[in-house]
Amino acid sequence: MSTHRELIRRALGPRVQFVQGDDACAYGAVLAGCTFFAGYPITPATEVAERMAEILPRIGGCYIQMEDEIASMGALIGASWTGAKVMTSTSGPGFSLMQENLGYAIMTETPCVVVNVQRSGPSTGQPTMGGYGDMMQARWGTHGDHEIIMLCPASVQEALEMTIVAFNLSERLRTPVLVFIDGELGHMRERLVIPNDDEFELVERPRATDRATYRPFAPGPDLVPPFAPFGSGFRTFVTGLTHNEDGLPRASSAAIHDQLVRRLAAKITNHLDLITRYEEFYADDCEIAIVAYGITARTCRDVVEEARRRGIKAGLLRLISIWPFPEHIVARWAERVRAMLVPEMNLGQIVHPIREAVAGRCVVAPYARIGGELHSPAELLEALEGLQWQPA
Amino acid sequence: MATGLKIKTAAELRTSYLRQEMFPTIFCDGCGLGNVLNYTLWAIDDVGLDLDRTVFVSGIGCSSRLPGYIDADGLHTTHGRALAFASGIRAANPELTVIVFTGDGDGAGIGGNHLLHTIRRNMDMTVILVNNFTYGMTGGQAAPTTPDGGFSSTTPYGNIEHPLDICELAKALGAPYVARWPVVSPAQPVKSIAEGIRKRGFALIEMLTPCPTAYGRRNGLKEIEQIWRWYREHTVLLDEWEWVEQFGSPEERESLRGKMKIGVFQDIERETFEERWAALVAREKL
Repeated sequence: MSTHRELIRRALGPRVQFVQGDDACAYGAVLAGCTFFAGYPITPATEVAERMAEILPRIGGCYIQMEDEIASMGALIGASWTGAKVMTSTSGPGFSLMQENLGYAIMTETPCVVVNVQRSGPSTGQPTMGGYGDMMQARWGTHGDHEIIMLCPASVQEALEMTIVAFNLSERLRTPVLVFIDGELGHMRERLVIPNDDEFELVERPRATDRATYRPFAPGPDLVPPFAPFGSGFRTFVTGLTHNEDGLPRASSAAIHDQLVRRLAAKITNHLDLITRYEEFYADDCEIAIVAYGITARTCRDVVEEARRRGIKAGLLRLISIWPFPEHIVARWAERVRAMLVPEMNLGQIVHPIREAVAGRCVVAPYARIGGELHSPAELLEALEGLQWQPA
Repeated sequence: MATGLKIKTAAELRTSYLRQEMFPTIFCDGCGLGNVLNYTLWAIDDVGLDLDRTVFVSGIGCSSRLPGYIDADGLHTTHGRALAFASGIRAANPELTVIVFTGDGDGAGIGGNHLLHTIRRNMDMTVILVNNFTYGMTGGQAAPTTPDGGFSSTTPYGNIEHPLDICELAKALGAPYVARWPVVSPAQPVKSIAEGIRKRGFALIEMLTPCPTAYGRRNGLKEIEQIWRWYREHTVLLDEWEWVEQFGSPEERESLRGKMKIGVFQDIERETFEERWAALVAREKL
């Protein structure tokens, strides 16, 4: 008999492969212990579902294709409450449909991972082209006050790694985690090295152990309540209504609502050390910085090197975790640089929390590009040169 | 299959199966939801379900509050989506029994598409769909089931839309078990719910339930006794209905107008999603 881990290895195939970003997300999920996927086809995310449909039965998991993205998100949450690690994937229009149940997962502290392979909107927009137009929807799309965790990898290898991290954070903090790539990265093929089990961490959600003292939504010191799966005899009532620590509806109590919603936010913002991920280049010797994320950041690395050859003290802050926004990191850069160039494949979304973090300490210059094409190195270089002469 | 009814008293049911701290209920005087809950508990008792291994799932609306009262795992989800959540539970862990409480608005209005596809997949679950002809929790707006000409706060001049026959839909989609009963007498609903739980595959039990507060008062059925009597007088057993349609006099046939057919509409066998998935995994697992 093979162990489950051995099954996963056999299902994933060779250690080194030449695959797409979408495939890498599926591989990462399986490595992280995902055994359940519910989804609905949508370009450019379909390949994530296709890989999961191939792999999951081979390892004894379950793939179910739902009637729409609303149902996908619902099935995901139901499955997660049986104790399974779960994932879905989608793109802009489907992500819009998932918003209500995403909020339900936040409110009910249900671990789940959502991959959004972004394309350009609004509406049907450009289905086959990349874009980063959902960055703010991810933050504010579901109604009500909440925090969300979002990771934004920049390569096929990182898509796999960040999907594993997404599962770990989701389990550890009992909250949905978003992995955001785009149509370019999702469909781009690169060398992928599938890590060995001793090369990454695997986290399981905290489990309730004593039925006598069990209170389903009474948090531990880290603000995360221990979990008891359906069928374990702990008899948990789960509701999207404002609830007390026993999980029972208390929708008219200002005090209970205040306590619950603040705790749900704090359990994420108190764990920035677990969540925040970024990469810095020339952080200590930089006058003009590029702050970028996702596929855009790949262009920026070369641009910075070329700018430095031309005598511009350029640097790069590549954000990997976007939400909660790493304000302290951006603020630290703002202390040192004269200007920040913020290229985005949208009309300017992450530039807003950047401006908030910078708080007037340096020039912030957005560089928007939409339509599905990446920023060219030449235009970014020109923009950096232009910023050189900006008064501080 | 006879269900030997060991009728427990309300007090016995309450101690055995309910969360004491949730009482009193939110339901209005004359509402049939308390009866639906009692009938379900009687059926559960009859089947001998292990509540440690049973999950009650619901959407949003008055009937969707029912899982909260039962001392078991419960998932009170978003409006219309109970069947999607329930499908996730069943697909991920087919060893758990899933019972869904939903309403006509929740289950057949906003959730209509999920109803269709959950039946198509034949997910093994029991769905108790409480039809009160209206959106009760929001104060009585027109629903997909509001009768022709029915008055509601959003059809102040009478409903012009054709109402949906949920059981006909479920039957056409091939649901293995489909029944409709008015809440006014216990024996048949209890038996049907028990049969539904025992049934392999998707079982739908539509419970016709009075809502004097939000629907009755706008439709000349404000008094509790009156509206409960209306359900007795406006429901006709399937056999009798068919006999009248075939052999009845024109007057008898005319008397069926505005009435509802009740009974067990379908009781068939059909492979479930869970069985087929398990077979696929047995075949393809490495």
